[in-house]
Amino acid sequence: MFDTFMIHTWIASTIIAATAGILGFFVVLRRSAFAAHALPLATFPGAAAAQLLGIQPLWGLLGFVTIAVVLLHQLQKLGRKDVAAGLVLVTLLAVGSLLLSMTNTYAPAVFSLLFGQVLGVSAADLWPVAVIASVVLIGAMGLYRPLLLQSAFPELALSRGISAGVIDILFLALLGLVTAMAMPVVGALLVFSLLIAPAAAAQSLSARPLQALLLAVMFSMGMIWLAIALSFWTNWPIGFFVGTMGALLFTSARMFRYIRHRWFSTGLPTTMKNQSMKLIPAAQPGEA
Amino acid sequence: MARVDLWNPFQRTDEEVLRLAGTYGEVITMHEDTSSTALVTIPSHHAEASCASVLAVEDLTVSIGGRLLLQGVTFALQPGQLCGLIGENGAGKTTLLRSLIGVQPSPHGQVSISGLAPRKSRDLVGYVPQKINFAPDLPLRVYDLVQLGCDGHRLGPRWFSRRLHQQVQAALDAVGAQDFAYQRIGELSGGQQQRAVIAHALARRPRLLLLDEPLANLDFRSANELAGLLGHLTRVHGLAVLVTAHDMNPLLPVMDHIVYLAKGRAASGGVREVVQSATLSKLYGYPVAVIEYGGRVLVLPHADAQIGEDGCYLMPNGSASGGPA
Repeated sequence: MFDTFMIHTWIASTIIAATAGILGFFVVLRRSAFAAHALPLATFPGAAAAQLLGIQPLWGLLGFVTIAVVLLHQLQKLGRKDVAAGLVLVTLLAVGSLLLSMTNTYAPAVFSLLFGQVLGVSAADLWPVAVIASVVLIGAMGLYRPLLLQSAFPELALSRGISAGVIDILFLALLGLVTAMAMPVVGALLVFSLLIAPAAAAQSLSARPLQALLLAVMFSMGMIWLAIALSFWTNWPIGFFVGTMGALLFTSARMFRYIRHRWFSTGLPTTMKNQSMKLIPAAQPGEA
Repeated sequence: MARVDLWNPFQRTDEEVLRLAGTYGEVITMHEDTSSTALVTIPSHHAEASCASVLAVEDLTVSIGGRLLLQGVTFALQPGQLCGLIGENGAGKTTLLRSLIGVQPSPHGQVSISGLAPRKSRDLVGYVPQKINFAPDLPLRVYDLVQLGCDGHRLGPRWFSRRLHQQVQAALDAVGAQDFAYQRIGELSGGQQQRAVIAHALARRPRLLLLDEPLANLDFRSANELAGLLGHLTRVHGLAVLVTAHDMNPLLPVMDHIVYLAKGRAASGGVREVVQSATLSKLYGYPVAVIEYGGRVLVLPHADAQIGEDGCYLMPNGSASGGPA
């Protein structure tokens, strides 16, 4: 399992899981799960375009993710976020179907773009992953506080002079980079499960933002490590393990929180403590 | 017909005026009677700040999509003043508040906050928006929200700082939020969440606090406690507070000024001038009764109200609406 050809897989998937955990924290906070689902699928035709043009697949993916991010941002400005994500998703998938029909890509290649190719990572694949991950890490660290405030409370952020539009496009750009970087390795569908489940589980377990963020990174890395190991032993697809483990993780986190509340809280919520009660004499009906 | 003299319980004695002025340490304009507006000036150690308004709005005009929302709005707010902003739905209250924090596109006219334009005075203004929906899973405690109030606009990672901690503690103390400072914000009651947002707004020690419908969705106790808190912030901390509220009853005991908006125009006056049946009925376009009950003045919507020529509310005999005969 730790042979030389597997080492690259371990390194790449660890880096991808960590960055996906960080951005996933903000995806869940901003309630843009649908956008996080739409971006990888809208980027997917980029590989076909790259083959048509005879360039590196990564450039095709980066090109398509840029188109998707700009489209998404512009459509979101017009109104509903979910409709915008849906429109971008169908538009670019439609373009993708045309591009795929024009190339002679055979089915297994499409399949691996959707579900990943974790066991085929080469040393050359590691460089773009490392570079993009560093860019995303620096971006997320720099934007941490405004992004946190804007994601959780857009109105409060606006009054502090933090522009919703600027934060939105920067965040989508970071998300797009993670998508383009992770897609060839873990696949379009897997990126999504790494973005959502660990962050949602972490947020229901911890009430501290930084703690929840680190927990999301740990969950995300733990999930992909376990999935690679299980996939290696069982020869089942890795997507199956990541997807089901994500759902399992979220369910257990919710159950843990429920049990902790139910059994370890002191009955009355603390809102009732330390509140002086002033009795106001009730009005008598005969008065006046 | 029983005639109710509304303003007796509200009448402030001269000693009270002096005491209030002493607490504020500022110029206080009392609108005791409409005929002669008394200006009480008390020399204080804040002499240099005493004459400047915290907020001065002059001839503010805002139109959105060709529709004129605000037209020539002019008013000023002194330190230590709690001012209500009233008007019917769609009168432009939120638009006015948004212009004051500099996020309303293309306003005409002048807004100055301690002499600065809204975009340059963000540190001087605390803003509490209309009801925020806190998701129960939001990974933020009250403490974190207040911390973001201090440094949420800064780039780069946050390093531990004692000064920041003290600043957060001071804001939590000011609103009495210490008891639930380390609880998840989505799991608190509406009143506590409102306090948390006010603490967030106070974190950078502003001079002006703007609140958009802070009493909406609060129960009787929370609404009254919040009104008391706002009164405390103006009296003790010398803040100028501008607050919109449809139900102004909890605020009446602490409010000393009212700005009202109707059809894009604004007018302002002392509480006793504006809170009159005739004025409010005209303003809302619906019969409103101002009554006195149990030593307090109350504003009630009242479809059967009759309004006398002097603006007093005339109570039909046998009416169940209460009030001393």
